[in-house]
Amino acid sequence: MLLQTILVIILLLNLRKETKGKNGLQQWDKLIITAICISAALFVLHNVFLPVSGLLIMFSYGLTATVIYTVYTNTLFTSGKALINAFWPLFVLNFFEDVISIIDKPFYKSWRNYLEGAELLALVWMVAMLIINNKQKKALEKERKINEEKEKEYKITEQIKAQLEVQVKERTAEITQQKEELQKTLHELESTQSQLIHAEKMASLGELTAGIAHEIQNPLNFVNNFSEINGELLEEMKVAIEKQDYEEVKALINDIADNEKKINLHGKRADSIVKGMLQHSRTSTGQKELTDINALCDECMRLSYHGLRAKDKTFNAGFETKFDEQLSKINVLPQEIGRVILNLCNNAFYATNAKKKTAGSDYKPVVSITTVAAGNGVEIRVQDNGSGIPQQIIDKIFQPFFTTKPTGQGTGLGLSMSYDIITKAHNGTLQVTSQENIGTTFFISLPY
Amino acid sequence: MNILVVDDERDVQTLFEQRFRKEIRSNELKFAFAFSGEEALAYLNQHDHEAVLILSDINMPGMSGLELLDRIKKKYATPPPRVMMITAYGDAENFNTAKSLGADDFLTKPVDFATLKDKLKTIES
Repeated sequence: MLLQTILVIILLLNLRKETKGKNGLQQWDKLIITAICISAALFVLHNVFLPVSGLLIMFSYGLTATVIYTVYTNTLFTSGKALINAFWPLFVLNFFEDVISIIDKPFYKSWRNYLEGAELLALVWMVAMLIINNKQKKALEKERKINEEKEKEYKITEQIKAQLEVQVKERTAEITQQKEELQKTLHELESTQSQLIHAEKMASLGELTAGIAHEIQNPLNFVNNFSEINGELLEEMKVAIEKQDYEEVKALINDIADNEKKINLHGKRADSIVKGMLQHSRTSTGQKELTDINALCDECMRLSYHGLRAKDKTFNAGFETKFDEQLSKINVLPQEIGRVILNLCNNAFYATNAKKKTAGSDYKPVVSITTVAAGNGVEIRVQDNGSGIPQQIIDKIFQPFFTTKPTGQGTGLGLSMSYDIITKAHNGTLQVTSQENIGTTFFISLPY
Repeated sequence: MNILVVDDERDVQTLFEQRFRKEIRSNELKFAFAFSGEEALAYLNQHDHEAVLILSDINMPGMSGLELLDRIKKKYATPPPRVMMITAYGDAENFNTAKSLGADDFLTKPVDFATLKDKLKTIES
C-alpha cells in the first residue's frame, strides 16, 4: 500500500511534465495536481488510520486504475503509455500482494519473501524502463527541437522567397517599362534613319543638279545647232535644185540626214538624263527591271563628274569607261544601283581630289569604271588613283555614319546604304581593296 | 586663219564643220580639233604657231580648259595665240579666273555662231 501511493505520485509527476505550463491544458494540470494531493493524502491517512487501511487500499487502486484508464483513452498522454509499462509489473505485484494480505494473511506471510523478491525485480524493471523512457524522451525532444529549427528555417526561407517574389515583380515591371522605352526609341531611330536616307538621297540629288544642267545643256545645244544647220542646208538645197546641181543636192541630202541622226541622238541623250534624274529622285518602286548596266554606269559617272565640277570649280579629274560590250541586261532596281555607282564615283573623285592637294603637278587623277561579264553575273569596278583608305579604317567604311569627311560634308550613310543595296536587295557583293596613296577599287558583283 | 577647237564632245567637230562649211570650202578658215586639253597641247607642239586662235571649252575631263589656257599662255610667250574660252556656266568665277590667266575672249554655251562669226571677222581684219 505504501509503495502504491508513492508509485502513483511518481507516475502523476511524470505525466504532469506533459501538461505543466501549457496553454489550454490548465484543466488537466489541475486534475493531475488534485490526483497527486489525493495520493499524498492516502499515504498519510494510511499511516494514521491503520484500521481502515483495507478501504484506503481499494481507493488507492481505484485511483491507479482511473489514471491508467485516462492515459490509455486520452491521446494527450501518448508518451504516458510507455511510462505506465514501467509501472505495470509493480502495480500488479502490489495489487496481488495487498489483495492476498487482506484475503489470506497466513498464505501471504509464507509467500512474502518471494513476493518481495519479485517486487525488487519489478522495481529494477521500473527504474530501467524509466531510464530508457527518459532517454527516449530526450531523444524525441532533441528531434523535436531539430524539427522546430527546421520549421523556423523553412519559415524564414518562405519569407525570403515571398520577398524575392515581390522584388522580382518590381524588377519585371521596371524591365518591361525599360523595354517599352527602348522599343519606342528604336522606333524613333528607325524613322530617323529613313528620314536620313531620304535626306542623303536629296543631298546627292542637290549635288547633281548643276551637273545635270550641264549634261542636259550639251545635247540641247547640239539639237538646236544641228536643226538650225539643217534649215540652212535646206535653203542651200533649194538653190542647188534651181541650179540643177544634183551632185550638190545629193551631198546636202547626206549632210541633212547625218545631222538629223545627230539631232535624234542628242535628243535621246537629254531624254535619258532627265529619266535618270527622275529615277534618282523617285522612291524605289521595288520592282526589278532589265537594265543596261553599261548605260547606267556611263550616266552615273558623268553625273558624278559634272556634279562635282559644278560644286568645286577647281576640281578636275580624268575619267575612263571600260565597258564589256557583250554584257547582257540584268534584272536590278536601276535607281538603287544607280545610287550605288554614283556614290562610289563621288567617293573616287573625292579621293583623287584629296590626293591632288598634296601630290605634285605630275599627278594625273583618273577614275575609271569597268564592267565585266563574270561567270554568273556582272562585275562593276570603280577604280581611282586617289589618296586610298588607311588599313585601320577599311573595315569600318561600310558601317552607318562612318565618315572621314569633315562634319557637314558627308552623312556617313553613302557606303552603308550602298552595301545594303548590293548585298540585301540584290544578293550581290560589295568589296574594296585599297592602298594608301596608290588608290582604291570597289568591286560590285551582281548575280543574274 | 587656223583655229584649234578644244572640246570633249566629239560632235563639236561636225557642228563646226557644218556651221563653217562655206568658210572652210573657201579656205578662209581652217579648223583643227582636239578632244582634251592634253590633245590640244600635243597638237600645238606638233604644229607650232599654226593655230592663231584657240577655242576651248572649260569643263573637260582631265586637263580643264583653264589649265590649258594657263599652259598655253606661259609656254608660248611670244606671241601667244589668242585663246577664246567657252563655258556652260558663264559665271563670274570662271570668267575672272580665265581673264586673270590671260584669256582673250569669252563665249557662253550655247554658242551663238553668228556672234562667233562676227568675232572671227574682227580678228581677221
